[in-house]
Amino acid sequence: MLGLEKKDFRLLLIVIGLTMLAPFILNPFPAGSEMAQFNAGYPDLMQRFVIFGIFAIGFNILFGLTGYLSFGHAAFLGAGSYGAVWMFKLLSMNVLPAIAISVIIAGLFSLLIGFISLRRSGIYFSILTLAFAQMSFALAYSVLTPITGGETGLQLALDDPRIFGASQTATGNIPVPALFGLEMRSSYELGVGSWLFTFNAGYYLAAVFMIFAFYMSIRIFRSPFGMMLRAIKSNQTRMSYTGLNARPYTLAAFVISGMYAGLAGGLMASMDPLAGAERMQWTASGEVVLMTILGGAGTLIGPVLGAGMIKYFENIFSKINETILHGWFAFLPDGLENVVVAMIYPFIGKGWHLTLGIVFMLVVIFLPGGLVQGGQKIAAAFRRKKPEDAKPNATEPAE
Amino acid sequence: MSTYVENPSGTLKSTFLTLAFLFAAFWGSFLILRTVIGFSSGDNFSIQQYILQILNGLDKGSAYALIALGLTLIFGTLGVVNFAHGALFMLGAFVAVTVSNLLSLSHKVVDETRTDFLGNPLQVEVPYMYDLFGQAAGDVIIDWAVPISIIIAIPIMVAIGFIMERGLIKYFYKRPHADQILVTFGLAIVIQEIVKYFYGANPIPTPAPDAFVGSFDFGIALGFQANEIIYPYWRLVYFFFSVVIIGAVFAFLQFTTFGMVVRAGMADRETVGILGINIDKRFTIMFGIAAAVAGLAGVMYAPINSPNYHMGMDFLVLSFVVVVVGGMGSLPGAVAAGFLLGILESFASISQVIDMIPGINQIIIYLVAIIILLTRPRGLMGRKGVMEE
Repeated sequence: MLGLEKKDFRLLLIVIGLTMLAPFILNPFPAGSEMAQFNAGYPDLMQRFVIFGIFAIGFNILFGLTGYLSFGHAAFLGAGSYGAVWMFKLLSMNVLPAIAISVIIAGLFSLLIGFISLRRSGIYFSILTLAFAQMSFALAYSVLTPITGGETGLQLALDDPRIFGASQTATGNIPVPALFGLEMRSSYELGVGSWLFTFNAGYYLAAVFMIFAFYMSIRIFRSPFGMMLRAIKSNQTRMSYTGLNARPYTLAAFVISGMYAGLAGGLMASMDPLAGAERMQWTASGEVVLMTILGGAGTLIGPVLGAGMIKYFENIFSKINETILHGWFAFLPDGLENVVVAMIYPFIGKGWHLTLGIVFMLVVIFLPGGLVQGGQKIAAAFRRKKPEDAKPNATEPAE
Repeated sequence: MSTYVENPSGTLKSTFLTLAFLFAAFWGSFLILRTVIGFSSGDNFSIQQYILQILNGLDKGSAYALIALGLTLIFGTLGVVNFAHGALFMLGAFVAVTVSNLLSLSHKVVDETRTDFLGNPLQVEVPYMYDLFGQAAGDVIIDWAVPISIIIAIPIMVAIGFIMERGLIKYFYKRPHADQILVTFGLAIVIQEIVKYFYGANPIPTPAPDAFVGSFDFGIALGFQANEIIYPYWRLVYFFFSVVIIGAVFAFLQFTTFGMVVRAGMADRETVGILGINIDKRFTIMFGIAAAVAGLAGVMYAPINSPNYHMGMDFLVLSFVVVVVGGMGSLPGAVAAGFLLGILESFASISQVIDMIPGINQIIIYLVAIIILLTRPRGLMGRKGVMEE
């Protein structure tokens, strides 16, 4: 169906189901209860899940398929954000043109950077992309201030032209991004018993984009083009000996993933119409690398899982402070309680980055295929009742 | 596997050529800068300004060169791209912080001769160093905390290097470069967060000894007017320190049997192994030395820039660029590129240059790296065929 195999179609359906029902799934605990702090079903975080999911899916098309590790992908996300905010400033507050322009700008930008960076591979490629992204960051921060807003970031103002819309609303405020009148920040709240579910317009727009992005990525993975990209990863020399030029394929993958990043940037600006240079900094590029590897590079669903996990921990885990911990372990004797809290505290709350770093290292060391591979291993361990399952390892190419 | 061949006579020749090249480059750039700036902005660009900018570039260049040297040592010996090297630099700086905190630890003593505002006997903080060595010597020790921490940093950093290599990196020799980058990137995050947990997120000022506070007036020394070229003493110390360290590393590799074996191992690890030499052990020691070099660079940098937990990452990105410009696996290249880029950066920060090309000071290093990578992929002094892809 939709040009997909049965298995992929099922995966797509699962993703559609999960994203559409996310407000329910992410809010399993009643509002006001002790566990309510673990609820992730609020619009801001849900939007982040899907937006960073798009970003990671795009990154995975480059890194997961071709093996080219880009350390500068955030530059495209930043460029997309700037493009979208400029659309809001000049054209109208409708999000569609903004998102379209952000994809186009990021695509052009990645075409330029990719054309240069892809002349090298391996570590040199990583450093070239890193250098370009840091350059973009430095320029956006200083010289390009008229375009990028410099340190304060690019913001909307009351005197923006907005030729197809109003410069300001009737009440004299800056208008908010909307899709043909449907404001992105508008939400419908549904109370069931003591549960409160929030359905946010912006989230659903981003979710639709993510489903589309996910579908496209499945198609790319299963296409002859995707096959070519995998060939580049496994042995580029052999590929060129067979008479194929790898450069156009890698460049196409680079531009596609850049456009994904631009889409994420455009959506980010649509949810909250401002753009800052720090979105382009290399730490932001590192984050998407973390997401993709953590979830499982080269797998379809991995990057989305990784993005969701990191954003969840970033927003939920980091809120847990010492008092909450003491509350949890109050049942222990006093001395033991303090010891336990002192042992756990460095890893959560403000220290969640430490946990992230450790988990990331463990994944790289033991699970190069990320969480998806971990899940498969667990599943295989349960299924391994049949003895003939011991297949030989995947065929190694003869050197 | 990387191949890094170096014969002593060739090194001498190439070092001489490099020096000649650098001299020509500086003189040429001076003439160009003077002409261009002279035309654009009426006021004269003097030789004094030029010297000042070179000096300004030296201290940053020294830090780049030291970190890049360590990176190259690790890459040349073990073939590992170490993204945690910046974290080692940062750890060195925090050794200095810790030592100076420890040395100034104090306890309260009641001073009977004086009273506080309530009329009670005044309590005075007395550093333990006073008890141990008397007041005069104690003051000197506390004052010289940063240089003292050099001695303490060496074993600590070597030990950290050993643990890193034996505990983690050794398992990554056979894995792709991307995996090495990723795992050391994760390690860098972990180290950074541990430091942040213990020391907080704010920069911690760590002063240099009083003897080095203040500036040296090069203007008088070189026969110009007073105050024309002034340069902080500590930065001068940093430059000489880095020259000594770099010289020591090169001498160690060039003139000791151990260094000879290591160089042989860099050239052809397998053959050296077949000859019955435990090359792995020596490479581990080289990793320790590389860690110590990065750590010492950090220790001495603490007074220049108050250490904070992400200073390592800030330097790491630039140091990688330096390594690439110098040529992956080339030790002289890393050092030369470090100083060159440090000085280039300070030239680009001259206000007349910024007026001409806005923002150039922010991007010059990256720009140079991009141009070098595209035109001469093996870097300034890289060997033909090594990591040119």
